[in-house]
Amino acid sequence: MSDITRDDVAHLARLARLAVSDAELDMFSGQIDAIVDTVSRVGEIPDDVPPTAQVVPQTNVLRPDTTEPSLRRDVALAEAPAAEEGRFRVPRILGEEL
Amino acid sequence: MNELVSLDAAELARRIHAREVSSVEVTRAHLERIEAVDGPAESGVHAFLHLDAEGALAAAEAADRAVAGGAPASPLAGVPIALKDNLTTTDMPTTAASRILEGWRPPYDATVVARLRAAGLVPLGKTNLDEFAMGSSTENSAFGPSRNPWDLTRIPGGSGGGSSSAVAAGESPLALGSDTGGSIRQPGAVTGTVGVKPTYGTVSRYGLIAFSSSLDQIGPCARSVLDAALLHEVIGGQDRNDQTSVSAPLPPVVEAAQAGARGDLAGVRIGVVTEFSGEGYQPGVLGAFTDAVRTLGELGAEVVEVSCPSFGYALPAYYLIAPSEASSNLARFDAMRYGLRVGDDGEHAADEVMSLTREAGFGAEVKRRIMIGTHALSAGSYDALYGKAQKARTLIVRDFTAAFATCDVLISPTTPTTAFAIGERADDPLAMYLADLCTIPSNLAGNAALSVPCGLSADDGLPVGLQIMAPALADDRAYRVAAAYEVARGPGAGPRIPELRALEATR
Repeated sequence: MSDITRDDVAHLARLARLAVSDAELDMFSGQIDAIVDTVSRVGEIPDDVPPTAQVVPQTNVLRPDTTEPSLRRDVALAEAPAAEEGRFRVPRILGEEL
Repeated sequence: MNELVSLDAAELARRIHAREVSSVEVTRAHLERIEAVDGPAESGVHAFLHLDAEGALAAAEAADRAVAGGAPASPLAGVPIALKDNLTTTDMPTTAASRILEGWRPPYDATVVARLRAAGLVPLGKTNLDEFAMGSSTENSAFGPSRNPWDLTRIPGGSGGGSSSAVAAGESPLALGSDTGGSIRQPGAVTGTVGVKPTYGTVSRYGLIAFSSSLDQIGPCARSVLDAALLHEVIGGQDRNDQTSVSAPLPPVVEAAQAGARGDLAGVRIGVVTEFSGEGYQPGVLGAFTDAVRTLGELGAEVVEVSCPSFGYALPAYYLIAPSEASSNLARFDAMRYGLRVGDDGEHAADEVMSLTREAGFGAEVKRRIMIGTHALSAGSYDALYGKAQKARTLIVRDFTAAFATCDVLISPTTPTTAFAIGERADDPLAMYLADLCTIPSNLAGNAALSVPCGLSADDGLPVGLQIMAPALADDRAYRVAAAYEVARGPGAGPRIPELRALEATR
């Protein structure tokens, strides 16, 4: 197997900002281990094969450098979970009590 | 059942434009069909997550006025269409079938939606999908699965099972889907409808909720090859809002479908992909495919066998690349600017609110893929996993290049089995992933591919799909071969609207 442990999955969940439950950790660790084991087959491919990141190679796709209207503030805020004084209101960003 | 819901889009457009029937009448007939068979969510077809009858009738009236004025906006003006619910619409909610976006009203229309509206088509509503288009059955939808109109205990394919079942059930003659690993073609195959993944970059992705940006492609769902081509030309073409949009002119797909329908494939070389047969393929699927190969030969095509040995790496490469890109794309669902927010009680800090929201808002498959992607991109695994998957992609592109050097198109079954039972693979992600075995290579290489119905499996009487793959920017070749095959196959084995008598009787 690919040796993905329950602790590894807990770490991945933290990195991915997913507050997974213990029951989910039990389920996901087995499944993710099996999936990673299967997809690891790509390891057989020789190192000297060049990578492909995307298939329609385009570079420097630019539009003319002119000002254009952007989303109106009220439209941008209309679907916000919380807004105050014409801005997005977000929870405090520091973990510790101030 | 009203006859109007069984007609192809091209025939509906002809009648509307000749004023034999109004767009309002056509739209009403489809809304009534939806009313009759779509619900209840627990046992009906359940293709739609949201219906907009009022908006549809207003769009139909506008189309009728344009026809009366002698100027329909396009060859499909006045024809109803269903939209996969990962395409943004200003006048309808857009959820991607996720709790994290439940009820969300986007501030802009996707480019394809804007083009449909400008072409006078009539959006009926938004169709169900696996959450964020991750799945092959619609069982990953947060709002319950759609059901296959051929057998309501079976899956309609996925992720675009809402669009495929809507078209197969006569709820809409046309629909839009998005195909990242087969999400248009596999649902088309298992519901007996046509599904097309155009060449990457030829249909704008602006306003498509991103899953895997280097693979995602919007395309048409229909009951005939010509209908798919007509819709393809409405939505395709360069768009300044999508930086991966290609500047090359759209291949002449309508002309190709019309040429193909004349039924002559003399001089066309068709390659059967050796690797897509054998173990794991249902006998009835292989039987229907073999019959289709014979038919193509009878149409004058030269059929040869072609080996694409690296296609075996497609599934593992896909399930590294797609989750990697998804883990990055779905980082935007952070509970700050739109969508769900959980735990904002003054006690929890922003990162905790983020984690609680994503835990509550995402389903199991989405969480799995985000974590697999996070793993594949992490410093210790990047070279062995994501890096190797990108190398696999190169090998697959090379296999296609070599095959297309000797063949005009390649063919295979679209998916190894017919529609499986709801619940059968729900707890086994790896079994579910196999549904995309034959469709994934064309996403990784970016070429065009479609699925056209090729009769019923002798095992179970369920529809089988023939996949036709063409080189990038040669979508017209796939349409030509598909249209020729469709005519030769005849209507008997083609898409038919299942009668759904039981459902209609219960209303």
